[in-house]
Amino acid sequence: MGRRAANNLALAVLWIAAGTTVVILFSIIGYVVINGIQSLSWGFITTWPQGVNAEGGIAPIIVNTLYVTGLAMLFTTPIAVLAAVYLTEYAVQGKMVDTIRFAADSLASVPSIVMGLFGFALFVEALGWGFSMLAGAAALTFLMLPIVMRATEEAIRSVPRYIRWGSYGMGATKWQTVSRAVLPAAAPRIITGIILAMGRAAGETAVVLYTVTQAIDLAKTPMQSGRVMPVHLYLLAMEGINLPAAYGTALVLMILILGLNMIARWISKRYRKV
Amino acid sequence: MSDTQQSANKMRLVSRSTLAKETALATLFFLCAFVAVLGVALIFLFVGWRAWPVFSEVGIGNFALGRVWDASNEVYGILPLIVGSVIVTLGALALGTPLAVGTAVFLSEIASPRVRSVVRPAVELLAGIPSVVYGFFGIVVLRPIVAEFSGGTGFGAFTAWVILGIMIVPTIAALSEDALRSVPDGIREASYAMGATTWQTIYKVLLPAAKIGIIDATILGMGRAIGETMAVLMVVGNAPVFPEGIFSPMPTLTAQIALNMGYASGTHRVALFGMAAILFMFSMALVAAVRWVSRLGGE
Repeated sequence: MGRRAANNLALAVLWIAAGTTVVILFSIIGYVVINGIQSLSWGFITTWPQGVNAEGGIAPIIVNTLYVTGLAMLFTTPIAVLAAVYLTEYAVQGKMVDTIRFAADSLASVPSIVMGLFGFALFVEALGWGFSMLAGAAALTFLMLPIVMRATEEAIRSVPRYIRWGSYGMGATKWQTVSRAVLPAAAPRIITGIILAMGRAAGETAVVLYTVTQAIDLAKTPMQSGRVMPVHLYLLAMEGINLPAAYGTALVLMILILGLNMIARWISKRYRKV
Repeated sequence: MSDTQQSANKMRLVSRSTLAKETALATLFFLCAFVAVLGVALIFLFVGWRAWPVFSEVGIGNFALGRVWDASNEVYGILPLIVGSVIVTLGALALGTPLAVGTAVFLSEIASPRVRSVVRPAVELLAGIPSVVYGFFGIVVLRPIVAEFSGGTGFGAFTAWVILGIMIVPTIAALSEDALRSVPDGIREASYAMGATTWQTIYKVLLPAAKIGIIDATILGMGRAIGETMAVLMVVGNAPVFPEGIFSPMPTLTAQIALNMGYASGTHRVALFGMAAILFMFSMALVAAVRWVSRLGGE
Protein backbone atom coordinates (compact mmCIF):
# COMPACT_ATOMS: atom_id res chain seq x y z
CA MET A 1 0.00 0.00 0.00
CA GLY A 2 1.40 3.35 -1.03
CA ARG A 3 1.78 6.10 1.47
CA ARG A 4 -0.97 8.14 -0.19
CA ALA A 5 -3.39 5.25 0.14
CA ALA A 6 -2.31 4.62 3.73
CA ASN A 7 -2.82 8.29 4.49
CA ASN A 8 -6.31 8.32 3.00
CA LEU A 9 -7.28 5.15 4.83
CA ALA A 10 -6.01 6.51 8.16
CA LEU A 11 -7.82 9.82 7.68
CA ALA A 12 -11.01 7.94 6.84
CA VAL A 13 -10.70 5.95 10.07
CA LEU A 14 -10.24 9.16 12.09
CA TRP A 15 -13.30 10.69 10.42
CA ILE A 16 -15.26 7.56 11.34
CA ALA A 17 -14.08 7.74 14.99
CA ALA A 18 -15.20 11.35 15.34
CA GLY A 19 -18.39 10.64 13.40
CA THR A 20 -19.20 7.68 15.67
CA THR A 21 -18.87 9.88 18.76
CA VAL A 22 -21.27 12.46 17.32
CA VAL A 23 -23.74 9.82 16.13
CA ILE A 24 -23.76 8.16 19.57
CA LEU A 25 -24.52 11.48 21.26
CA PHE A 26 -27.37 12.27 18.89
CA SER A 27 -28.84 8.77 19.12
CA ILE A 28 -28.95 8.92 22.92
CA ILE A 29 -30.44 12.41 22.97
CA GLY A 30 -32.75 11.61 20.06
CA TYR A 31 -33.98 8.40 21.65
CA VAL A 32 -34.78 10.10 24.96
CA VAL A 33 -36.49 13.03 23.25
CA ILE A 34 -38.63 10.93 20.88
CA ASN A 35 -39.83 8.59 23.63
CA GLY A 36 -40.03 11.17 26.37
CA ILE A 37 -41.96 13.78 24.45
CA GLN A 38 -45.09 11.58 24.51
CA SER A 39 -45.12 11.58 28.32
CA LEU A 40 -44.20 15.22 28.63
CA SER A 41 -47.16 17.45 29.34
CA TRP A 42 -48.07 20.32 31.58
CA GLY A 43 -49.70 17.82 33.93
CA PHE A 44 -46.55 15.66 34.07
CA ILE A 45 -44.39 18.48 35.41
CA THR A 46 -46.99 20.10 37.70
CA THR A 47 -48.82 17.22 39.44
CA TRP A 48 -47.92 14.74 42.17
CA PRO A 49 -47.16 11.08 41.50
CA GLN A 50 -49.83 8.65 42.70
CA GLY A 51 -49.98 5.01 43.69
CA VAL A 52 -47.34 2.28 43.65
CA ASN A 53 -46.65 2.72 39.95
CA ALA A 54 -45.98 6.44 40.27
CA GLU A 55 -48.74 7.40 37.84
CA GLY A 56 -49.29 11.07 37.30
CA GLY A 57 -46.66 13.77 37.39
CA ILE A 58 -43.24 14.31 38.94
CA ALA A 59 -43.60 17.87 40.28
CA PRO A 60 -42.16 17.26 43.77
CA ILE A 61 -39.31 15.23 42.26
CA ILE A 62 -38.32 18.10 39.97
CA VAL A 63 -38.46 20.55 42.88
CA ASN A 64 -36.40 18.22 45.11
CA THR A 65 -33.73 17.98 42.40
CA LEU A 66 -33.46 21.76 42.14
CA TYR A 67 -33.56 22.02 45.94
CA VAL A 68 -30.67 19.68 46.70
CA THR A 69 -28.61 20.99 43.77
CA GLY A 70 -29.18 24.62 44.81
CA LEU A 71 -28.31 23.86 48.41
CA ALA A 72 -25.08 22.12 47.34
CA MET A 73 -24.24 25.12 45.16
CA LEU A 74 -24.71 27.50 48.12
CA PHE A 75 -22.28 25.41 50.18
CA THR A 76 -19.75 24.90 47.40
CA THR A 77 -19.43 28.34 45.83
CA PRO A 78 -17.88 30.38 48.66
CA ILE A 79 -15.52 27.59 49.73
CA ALA A 80 -14.38 26.70 46.22
CA VAL A 81 -13.94 30.30 45.02
CA LEU A 82 -11.99 31.39 48.10
CA ALA A 83 -9.91 28.21 47.96
CA ALA A 84 -8.98 29.05 44.37
CA VAL A 85 -8.19 32.64 45.41
CA TYR A 86 -5.81 31.23 48.01
CA LEU A 87 -4.12 28.88 45.54
CA THR A 88 -3.69 31.51 42.81
CA GLU A 89 -3.14 34.78 44.68
CA TYR A 90 -1.97 34.04 48.21
CA ALA A 91 -0.23 30.70 48.43
CA VAL A 92 3.51 30.36 48.17
CA GLN A 93 4.21 27.35 45.93
CA GLY A 94 5.41 24.46 48.02
CA LYS A 95 4.46 21.29 49.86
CA MET A 96 1.17 22.67 51.21
CA VAL A 97 -0.07 23.78 47.77
CA ASP A 98 0.97 20.41 46.33
CA THR A 99 -0.98 18.63 49.05
CA ILE A 100 -4.10 20.74 48.45
CA ARG A 101 -3.95 20.13 44.70
CA PHE A 102 -3.44 16.40 45.21
CA ALA A 103 -6.42 16.36 47.59
CA ALA A 104 -8.60 18.24 45.08
CA ASP A 105 -7.63 15.83 42.28
CA SER A 106 -8.35 12.90 44.59
CA LEU A 107 -11.78 14.28 45.51
CA ALA A 108 -12.54 14.66 41.80
CA SER A 109 -11.82 10.99 41.19
CA VAL A 110 -13.59 9.44 44.20
CA PRO A 111 -16.15 6.96 42.82
CA SER A 112 -19.63 8.37 43.38
CA ILE A 113 -20.87 5.39 45.40
CA VAL A 114 -17.90 5.82 47.75
CA MET A 115 -18.90 9.46 48.18
CA GLY A 116 -22.42 8.24 48.91
CA LEU A 117 -21.27 5.81 51.60
CA PHE A 118 -19.06 8.52 53.10
CA GLY A 119 -22.03 10.91 53.21
CA PHE A 120 -24.11 8.20 54.83
CA ALA A 121 -21.47 7.43 57.50
CA LEU A 122 -20.66 11.07 58.34
CA PHE A 123 -23.74 13.20 57.70
CA VAL A 124 -26.63 10.73 57.99
CA GLU A 125 -25.37 8.68 60.93
CA ALA A 126 -22.44 10.28 62.80
CA LEU A 127 -23.84 13.83 62.70
CA GLY A 128 -27.38 12.53 63.05
CA TRP A 129 -28.88 14.50 60.17
CA GLY A 130 -30.76 11.43 58.98
CA PHE A 131 -31.74 10.90 55.35
CA SER A 132 -32.14 14.50 54.35
CA MET A 133 -31.64 17.16 51.71
CA LEU A 134 -28.94 18.61 53.96
CA ALA A 135 -26.95 15.37 54.10
CA GLY A 136 -27.24 14.93 50.32
CA ALA A 137 -26.21 18.52 49.63
CA ALA A 138 -23.21 18.19 51.97
CA ALA A 139 -22.03 15.04 50.16
CA LEU A 140 -22.59 16.71 46.77
CA THR A 141 -20.49 19.66 47.98
CA PHE A 142 -17.41 17.44 48.05
CA LEU A 143 -18.27 16.30 44.52
CA MET A 144 -18.64 19.88 43.19
CA LEU A 145 -15.73 21.38 45.13
CA PRO A 146 -12.85 20.27 42.88
CA ILE A 147 -14.78 21.20 39.71
CA VAL A 148 -15.52 24.77 40.84
CA MET A 149 -12.02 25.14 42.34
CA ARG A 150 -10.38 24.15 39.06
CA ALA A 151 -12.64 26.43 36.98
CA THR A 152 -12.05 29.39 39.32
CA GLU A 153 -8.28 28.85 39.32
CA GLU A 154 -8.21 28.89 35.52
CA ALA A 155 -10.47 31.94 35.45
CA ILE A 156 -8.25 33.88 37.86
CA ARG A 157 -5.08 32.89 36.02
CA SER A 158 -6.53 34.21 32.77
CA VAL A 159 -6.97 37.70 34.28
CA PRO A 160 -4.14 39.83 32.83
CA ARG A 161 -1.35 40.92 35.19
CA TYR A 162 -1.77 44.61 34.39
CA ILE A 163 -5.21 44.66 35.99
CA ARG A 164 -3.53 43.73 39.28
CA TRP A 165 -0.72 46.23 38.76
CA GLY A 166 -3.23 49.00 38.11
CA SER A 167 -5.00 48.19 41.35
CA TYR A 168 -1.83 47.94 43.43
CA GLY A 169 -0.55 51.11 41.78
CA MET A 170 -3.55 52.97 43.14
CA GLY A 171 -2.62 51.85 46.64
CA ALA A 172 -5.15 49.02 46.99
CA THR A 173 -4.45 46.22 49.46
CA LYS A 174 -4.31 42.62 48.31
CA TRP A 175 -7.92 41.87 49.28
CA GLN A 176 -9.15 45.06 47.61
CA THR A 177 -7.31 44.05 44.45
CA VAL A 178 -8.72 40.52 44.53
CA SER A 179 -12.28 41.47 45.40
CA ARG A 180 -12.68 44.58 43.23
CA ALA A 181 -10.40 43.90 40.26
CA VAL A 182 -9.53 40.23 39.84
CA LEU A 183 -12.77 38.43 40.81
CA PRO A 184 -15.09 40.70 38.75
CA ALA A 185 -12.86 40.16 35.72
CA ALA A 186 -12.91 36.39 36.31
CA ALA A 187 -16.62 36.22 37.17
CA PRO A 188 -18.04 34.92 33.85
CA ARG A 189 -15.72 31.93 33.78
CA ILE A 190 -16.28 31.24 37.48
CA ILE A 191 -20.04 31.25 36.92
CA THR A 192 -19.58 28.89 33.96
CA GLY A 193 -17.72 26.48 36.25
CA ILE A 194 -20.41 26.68 38.92
CA ILE A 195 -23.18 25.96 36.40
CA LEU A 196 -21.30 22.96 34.96
CA ALA A 197 -20.76 21.59 38.48
CA MET A 198 -24.49 22.01 39.17
CA GLY A 199 -25.16 19.94 36.06
CA ARG A 200 -22.97 17.18 37.48
CA ALA A 201 -24.74 17.32 40.84
CA ALA A 202 -28.24 17.37 39.35
CA GLY A 203 -27.54 14.16 37.41
CA GLU A 204 -25.87 12.34 40.29
CA THR A 205 -27.59 9.19 41.57
CA ALA A 206 -25.16 7.16 43.66
CA VAL A 207 -24.22 10.04 45.98
CA VAL A 208 -27.82 10.88 46.90
CA LEU A 209 -29.20 7.32 46.90
CA TYR A 210 -28.12 6.69 50.51
CA THR A 211 -27.98 10.26 51.81
CA VAL A 212 -31.29 11.73 50.60
CA THR A 213 -32.92 8.41 49.62
CA GLN A 214 -36.32 8.26 48.02
CA ALA A 215 -39.31 9.62 49.95
CA ILE A 216 -41.61 10.62 47.13
CA ASP A 217 -43.05 13.76 48.71
CA LEU A 218 -41.76 17.31 48.49
CA ALA A 219 -39.01 18.09 50.98
CA LYS A 220 -40.23 21.16 52.86
CA THR A 221 -37.21 21.57 55.15
CA PRO A 222 -33.56 20.63 54.58
CA MET A 223 -33.94 17.92 57.23
CA GLN A 224 -36.45 15.94 55.17
CA SER A 225 -35.80 13.18 52.69
CA GLY A 226 -36.95 13.58 49.11
CA ARG A 227 -36.62 11.73 45.82
CA VAL A 228 -34.64 13.41 43.04
CA MET A 229 -35.01 12.80 39.29
CA PRO A 230 -32.01 10.49 38.76
CA VAL A 231 -33.14 8.27 41.66
CA HIS A 232 -36.72 8.25 40.34
CA LEU A 233 -35.50 7.25 36.86
CA TYR A 234 -33.29 4.54 38.36
CA LEU A 235 -36.13 3.04 40.42
CA LEU A 236 -38.61 3.11 37.52
CA ALA A 237 -36.09 1.61 35.10
CA MET A 238 -34.95 -1.16 37.45
CA GLU A 239 -38.45 -2.16 38.47
CA GLY A 240 -39.61 -1.98 34.89
CA ILE A 241 -42.83 -0.27 35.98
CA ASN A 242 -44.39 2.71 34.29
CA LEU A 243 -41.93 3.04 31.42
CA PRO A 244 -43.65 6.15 30.01
CA ALA A 245 -42.92 8.00 33.27
CA ALA A 246 -39.31 6.79 33.09
CA TYR A 247 -38.95 8.23 29.56
CA GLY A 248 -40.59 11.46 30.68
CA THR A 249 -38.31 11.77 33.72
CA ALA A 250 -35.24 11.05 31.58
CA LEU A 251 -36.29 13.81 29.19
CA VAL A 252 -36.91 16.41 31.92
CA LEU A 253 -33.55 15.51 33.52
CA MET A 254 -31.75 15.81 30.17
CA ILE A 255 -33.44 19.15 29.45
CA LEU A 256 -32.30 20.44 32.86
CA ILE A 257 -28.71 19.25 32.49
CA LEU A 258 -28.19 20.04 28.81
CA GLY A 259 -29.90 23.40 29.48
CA LEU A 260 -27.37 24.15 32.22
CA ASN A 261 -24.57 23.13 29.83
CA MET A 262 -25.94 25.44 27.13
CA ILE A 263 -26.17 28.37 29.56
CA ALA A 264 -22.58 27.77 30.69
CA ARG A 265 -21.43 27.56 27.07
CA TRP A 266 -23.30 30.76 26.18
CA ILE A 267 -21.80 32.70 29.07
CA SER A 268 -18.26 31.60 28.31
CA LYS A 269 -18.65 32.41 24.60
CA ARG A 270 -20.23 35.80 25.28
CA TYR A 271 -17.43 36.95 27.54
CA ARG A 272 -14.51 35.30 25.78
CA LYS A 273 -13.49 38.50 24.02
CA VAL A 274 -13.21 40.46 27.27
CA MET B 1 9.35 36.79 44.74
CA SER B 2 6.95 39.74 44.63
CA ASP B 3 4.75 38.24 47.36
CA THR B 4 7.32 38.82 50.06
CA GLN B 5 8.26 42.20 48.67
CA GLN B 6 4.63 43.24 48.59
CA SER B 7 3.97 42.21 52.15
CA ALA B 8 7.16 43.95 53.25
CA ASN B 9 5.99 47.13 51.53
CA LYS B 10 2.55 46.79 53.07
CA MET B 11 3.96 46.63 56.55
CA ARG B 12 5.36 50.07 56.04
CA LEU B 13 2.52 51.59 54.06
CA VAL B 14 -0.73 50.35 55.63
CA SER B 15 -2.20 50.76 59.07
CA ARG B 16 -2.08 48.08 61.70
CA SER B 17 -5.84 47.35 61.43
CA THR B 18 -5.68 46.95 57.65
CA LEU B 19 -2.79 44.57 58.04
CA ALA B 20 -4.71 42.58 60.66
CA LYS B 21 -7.72 42.35 58.34
CA GLU B 22 -5.57 41.22 55.42
CA THR B 23 -3.93 38.55 57.54
CA ALA B 24 -7.31 37.32 58.81
CA LEU B 25 -8.62 37.07 55.24
CA ALA B 26 -5.53 35.21 54.05
CA THR B 27 -6.06 32.72 56.88
CA LEU B 28 -9.73 32.30 55.96
CA PHE B 29 -8.81 31.58 52.32
CA PHE B 30 -6.24 29.06 53.43
CA LEU B 31 -8.90 27.29 55.52
CA CYS B 32 -11.21 27.16 52.48
CA ALA B 33 -8.46 25.58 50.40
CA PHE B 34 -7.78 23.19 53.25
CA VAL B 35 -11.39 21.89 52.99
CA ALA B 36 -10.21 19.79 50.04
CA VAL B 37 -7.59 18.11 52.25
CA LEU B 38 -10.14 17.82 55.04
CA GLY B 39 -12.57 16.15 52.63
CA VAL B 40 -10.08 13.46 51.64
CA ALA B 41 -9.13 12.93 55.30
CA LEU B 42 -12.80 12.64 56.34
CA ILE B 43 -13.57 10.12 53.59
CA PHE B 44 -10.54 8.13 54.64
CA LEU B 45 -11.52 8.26 58.32
CA PHE B 46 -15.23 7.59 58.03
CA VAL B 47 -15.14 4.93 55.32
CA GLY B 48 -12.13 3.37 57.04
CA TRP B 49 -13.78 3.47 60.47
CA ARG B 50 -16.91 1.67 59.22
CA ALA B 51 -14.79 -0.79 57.22
CA TRP B 52 -12.38 -1.57 60.06
CA PRO B 53 -14.33 -4.54 61.59
CA VAL B 54 -13.69 -6.39 58.32
CA PHE B 55 -10.35 -7.41 59.83
CA SER B 56 -11.89 -9.04 62.89
CA GLU B 57 -15.28 -10.17 61.57
CA VAL B 58 -14.32 -11.48 58.13
CA GLY B 59 -10.52 -11.56 58.08
CA ILE B 60 -8.62 -9.74 55.36
CA GLY B 61 -7.67 -12.96 53.53
CA ASN B 62 -11.23 -14.30 53.49
CA PHE B 63 -12.42 -10.89 52.38
CA ALA B 64 -10.04 -9.86 49.61
CA LEU B 65 -9.25 -13.36 48.34
CA GLY B 66 -12.50 -15.14 49.19
CA ARG B 67 -13.99 -16.81 46.15
CA VAL B 68 -17.58 -16.89 47.38
CA TRP B 69 -19.92 -13.98 48.01
CA ASP B 70 -23.07 -15.26 49.71
CA ALA B 71 -24.59 -12.57 51.90
CA SER B 72 -27.49 -14.73 53.10
CA ASN B 73 -24.97 -17.19 54.63
CA GLU B 74 -22.67 -14.42 55.84
CA VAL B 75 -19.85 -15.30 53.46
CA TYR B 76 -18.18 -12.20 52.11
CA GLY B 77 -15.43 -13.05 49.64
CA ILE B 78 -15.04 -10.24 47.13
CA LEU B 79 -12.72 -11.88 44.59
CA PRO B 80 -15.58 -12.42 42.09
CA LEU B 81 -16.53 -8.74 42.45
CA ILE B 82 -12.93 -7.60 41.90
CA VAL B 83 -12.62 -9.85 38.85
CA GLY B 84 -15.91 -8.43 37.54
CA SER B 85 -14.73 -4.84 38.02
CA VAL B 86 -11.44 -5.58 36.26
CA ILE B 87 -13.13 -7.29 33.29
CA VAL B 88 -15.66 -4.47 32.87
CA THR B 89 -12.97 -1.78 33.15
CA LEU B 90 -10.48 -3.35 30.74
CA GLY B 91 -13.15 -4.03 28.11
CA ALA B 92 -14.46 -0.48 28.35
CA LEU B 93 -10.92 0.88 27.96
CA ALA B 94 -10.31 -1.36 24.93
CA LEU B 95 -13.43 0.01 23.23
CA GLY B 96 -13.34 3.60 24.49
CA THR B 97 -9.65 4.51 24.21
CA PRO B 98 -9.24 4.08 20.41
CA LEU B 99 -12.49 5.93 19.80
CA ALA B 100 -11.48 8.75 22.16
CA VAL B 101 -7.89 9.13 20.92
CA GLY B 102 -9.13 8.95 17.30
CA THR B 103 -11.64 11.71 18.05
CA ALA B 104 -8.93 13.77 19.77
CA VAL B 105 -6.53 13.44 16.82
CA PHE B 106 -9.37 14.34 14.47
CA LEU B 107 -10.23 17.45 16.49
CA SER B 108 -6.68 18.66 16.87
CA GLU B 109 -5.20 17.80 13.44
CA ILE B 110 -7.85 17.23 10.81
CA ALA B 111 -11.13 18.98 11.48
CA SER B 112 -11.75 22.37 9.91
CA PRO B 113 -12.93 25.02 12.38
CA ARG B 114 -16.49 24.47 11.17
CA VAL B 115 -16.46 20.70 11.70
CA ARG B 116 -14.67 21.22 15.01
CA SER B 117 -17.41 23.53 16.21
CA VAL B 118 -19.86 20.61 15.89
CA VAL B 119 -17.75 17.68 17.10
CA ARG B 120 -16.16 19.35 20.11
CA PRO B 121 -19.42 20.45 21.81
CA ALA B 122 -20.81 16.98 21.05
CA VAL B 123 -17.94 15.36 22.96
CA GLU B 124 -18.43 17.78 25.85
CA LEU B 125 -22.18 17.16 25.97
CA LEU B 126 -21.52 13.41 26.05
CA ALA B 127 -19.76 14.09 29.37
CA GLY B 128 -22.82 15.96 30.62
CA ILE B 129 -25.28 13.09 30.20
CA PRO B 130 -25.97 11.59 33.67
CA SER B 131 -24.85 8.02 34.24
CA VAL B 132 -28.39 6.94 35.11
CA VAL B 133 -29.50 8.01 31.62
CA TYR B 134 -26.69 5.94 30.08
CA GLY B 135 -27.86 3.01 32.18
CA PHE B 136 -31.47 3.54 31.15
CA PHE B 137 -30.42 3.71 27.47
CA GLY B 138 -28.45 0.50 28.06
CA ILE B 139 -31.45 -1.33 29.49
CA VAL B 140 -34.10 -0.28 27.00
CA VAL B 141 -32.06 -0.05 23.76
CA LEU B 142 -28.81 -1.98 23.97
CA ARG B 143 -29.82 -4.90 26.19
CA PRO B 144 -32.53 -6.25 23.81
CA ILE B 145 -30.10 -6.03 20.87
CA VAL B 146 -27.37 -7.91 22.78
CA ALA B 147 -29.92 -10.47 24.00
CA GLU B 148 -30.99 -11.02 20.38
CA PHE B 149 -27.57 -11.91 18.98
CA SER B 150 -26.10 -13.61 22.07
CA GLY B 151 -29.16 -15.64 22.96
CA GLY B 152 -28.90 -14.67 26.63
CA THR B 153 -30.61 -12.06 28.77
CA GLY B 154 -28.51 -9.18 27.44
CA PHE B 155 -27.19 -8.41 30.93
CA GLY B 156 -23.44 -8.90 31.18
CA ALA B 157 -19.94 -7.65 30.54
CA PHE B 158 -20.46 -6.98 26.86
CA THR B 159 -23.35 -4.56 27.36
CA ALA B 160 -21.43 -2.83 30.15
CA TRP B 161 -18.35 -2.52 27.90
CA VAL B 162 -20.30 -0.69 25.22
CA ILE B 163 -22.06 1.72 27.61
CA LEU B 164 -18.95 2.36 29.70
CA GLY B 165 -16.78 2.61 26.60
CA ILE B 166 -18.98 5.49 25.42
CA MET B 167 -18.98 7.11 28.86
CA ILE B 168 -15.18 7.37 29.10
CA VAL B 169 -14.77 8.87 25.62
CA PRO B 170 -15.19 12.51 26.73
CA THR B 171 -12.67 12.17 29.59
CA ILE B 172 -9.97 10.61 27.42
CA ALA B 173 -10.71 12.69 24.30
CA ALA B 174 -10.59 16.08 26.06
CA LEU B 175 -7.28 15.41 27.81
CA SER B 176 -5.68 13.76 24.76
CA GLU B 177 -6.70 16.73 22.63
CA ASP B 178 -5.05 19.10 25.13
CA ALA B 179 -1.88 17.01 24.94
CA LEU B 180 -1.86 17.05 21.12
CA ARG B 181 -2.52 20.79 20.98
CA SER B 182 0.36 21.51 23.31
CA VAL B 183 2.80 19.96 20.81
CA PRO B 184 4.58 23.00 19.26
CA ASP B 185 3.61 23.83 15.66
CA GLY B 186 7.29 23.88 14.65
CA ILE B 187 7.40 20.11 15.09
CA ARG B 188 4.40 19.62 12.78
CA GLU B 189 5.88 21.98 10.19
CA ALA B 190 9.24 20.21 10.28
CA SER B 191 7.52 16.90 9.58
CA TYR B 192 5.44 18.27 6.70
CA ALA B 193 8.49 20.04 5.28
CA MET B 194 10.23 16.69 5.01
CA GLY B 195 7.39 15.48 2.82
CA ALA B 196 5.52 13.42 5.40
CA THR B 197 1.80 12.87 4.87
CA THR B 198 -0.75 13.92 7.51
CA TRP B 199 -0.98 10.37 8.79
CA GLN B 200 2.80 9.94 8.98
CA THR B 201 3.02 13.18 10.92
CA ILE B 202 0.30 12.05 13.33
CA TYR B 203 1.62 8.53 13.77
CA LYS B 204 5.37 9.11 13.85
CA VAL B 205 5.62 12.60 15.32
CA LEU B 206 2.53 13.86 17.15
CA LEU B 207 1.35 10.74 18.98
CA PRO B 208 4.86 10.02 20.38
CA ALA B 209 5.20 13.69 21.38
CA ALA B 210 1.84 13.67 23.16
CA LYS B 211 2.38 10.19 24.65
CA ILE B 212 2.54 11.26 28.30
CA GLY B 213 -0.68 13.27 28.07
CA ILE B 214 -2.51 10.42 26.37
CA ILE B 215 -1.34 7.90 29.01
CA ASP B 216 -2.54 10.27 31.75
CA ALA B 217 -5.88 10.60 29.96
CA THR B 218 -6.23 6.82 29.75
CA ILE B 219 -5.43 6.37 33.45
CA LEU B 220 -8.11 8.92 34.35
CA GLY B 221 -10.53 7.18 31.98
CA MET B 222 -9.73 3.94 33.81
CA GLY B 223 -10.58 5.64 37.12
CA ARG B 224 -13.86 6.79 35.66
CA ALA B 225 -14.65 3.27 34.42
CA ILE B 226 -13.84 1.39 37.62
CA GLY B 227 -15.72 3.91 39.77
CA GLU B 228 -18.80 4.15 37.59
CA THR B 229 -21.77 2.82 39.50
CA MET B 230 -25.27 3.39 38.19
CA ALA B 231 -24.80 2.77 34.46
CA VAL B 232 -22.89 -0.45 35.13
CA LEU B 233 -25.33 -1.61 37.81
CA MET B 234 -28.24 -1.28 35.38
CA VAL B 235 -26.72 -3.42 32.58
CA VAL B 236 -24.17 -5.81 34.10
CA GLY B 237 -26.59 -8.28 35.69
CA ASN B 238 -25.06 -8.31 39.20
CA ALA B 239 -24.90 -12.06 39.82
CA PRO B 240 -22.22 -12.24 42.55
CA VAL B 241 -20.25 -15.11 40.99
CA PHE B 242 -17.26 -15.49 38.71
CA PRO B 243 -18.51 -14.60 35.22
CA GLU B 244 -19.10 -17.52 32.86
CA GLY B 245 -18.71 -15.42 29.75
CA ILE B 246 -19.06 -11.92 28.44
CA PHE B 247 -22.78 -12.39 27.85
CA SER B 248 -23.68 -13.74 31.28
CA PRO B 249 -24.60 -11.62 34.34
CA MET B 250 -21.67 -10.66 36.53
CA PRO B 251 -20.94 -8.36 39.48
CA THR B 252 -18.77 -5.31 40.06
CA LEU B 253 -17.62 -3.73 43.34
CA THR B 254 -19.48 -0.46 42.80
CA ALA B 255 -22.76 -2.02 41.68
CA GLN B 256 -22.74 -4.55 44.53
CA ILE B 257 -22.32 -1.76 47.09
CA ALA B 258 -25.14 0.30 45.59
CA LEU B 259 -27.51 -2.69 45.36
CA ASN B 260 -26.84 -4.13 48.84
CA MET B 261 -26.57 -0.93 50.85
CA GLY B 262 -30.34 -0.51 50.98
CA TYR B 263 -30.90 -3.57 53.16
CA ALA B 264 -27.48 -4.68 54.45
CA SER B 265 -26.78 -4.62 58.18
CA GLY B 266 -24.09 -5.85 60.58
CA THR B 267 -21.14 -7.61 58.97
CA HIS B 268 -22.72 -7.32 55.54
CA ARG B 269 -22.65 -3.53 55.81
CA VAL B 270 -19.07 -3.65 57.13
CA ALA B 271 -18.10 -5.62 54.03
CA LEU B 272 -19.69 -2.98 51.79
CA PHE B 273 -17.68 -0.25 53.51
CA GLY B 274 -14.59 -2.44 53.09
CA MET B 275 -15.24 -2.54 49.35
CA ALA B 276 -15.70 1.25 49.32
CA ALA B 277 -12.37 1.64 51.13
CA ILE B 278 -10.65 -0.49 48.49
CA LEU B 279 -12.21 1.58 45.68
CA PHE B 280 -11.20 4.80 47.41
CA MET B 281 -7.60 3.73 47.83
CA PHE B 282 -7.47 2.54 44.24
CA SER B 283 -8.80 5.85 42.92
CA MET B 284 -6.19 7.74 44.94
CA ALA B 285 -3.48 5.44 43.60
CA LEU B 286 -4.56 6.30 40.05
CA VAL B 287 -4.35 10.04 40.80
CA ALA B 288 -0.86 9.47 42.21
CA ALA B 289 0.04 7.45 39.10
CA VAL B 290 -1.05 10.33 36.84
CA ARG B 291 1.20 12.72 38.80
CA TRP B 292 4.07 10.29 38.64
CA VAL B 293 3.72 9.80 34.87
CA SER B 294 3.48 13.58 34.31
CA ARG B 295 6.57 14.19 36.40
CA LEU B 296 8.40 11.48 34.49
CA GLY B 297 7.46 13.22 31.25
CA GLY B 298 8.52 16.60 32.59
CA GLU B 299 12.06 15.49 33.19
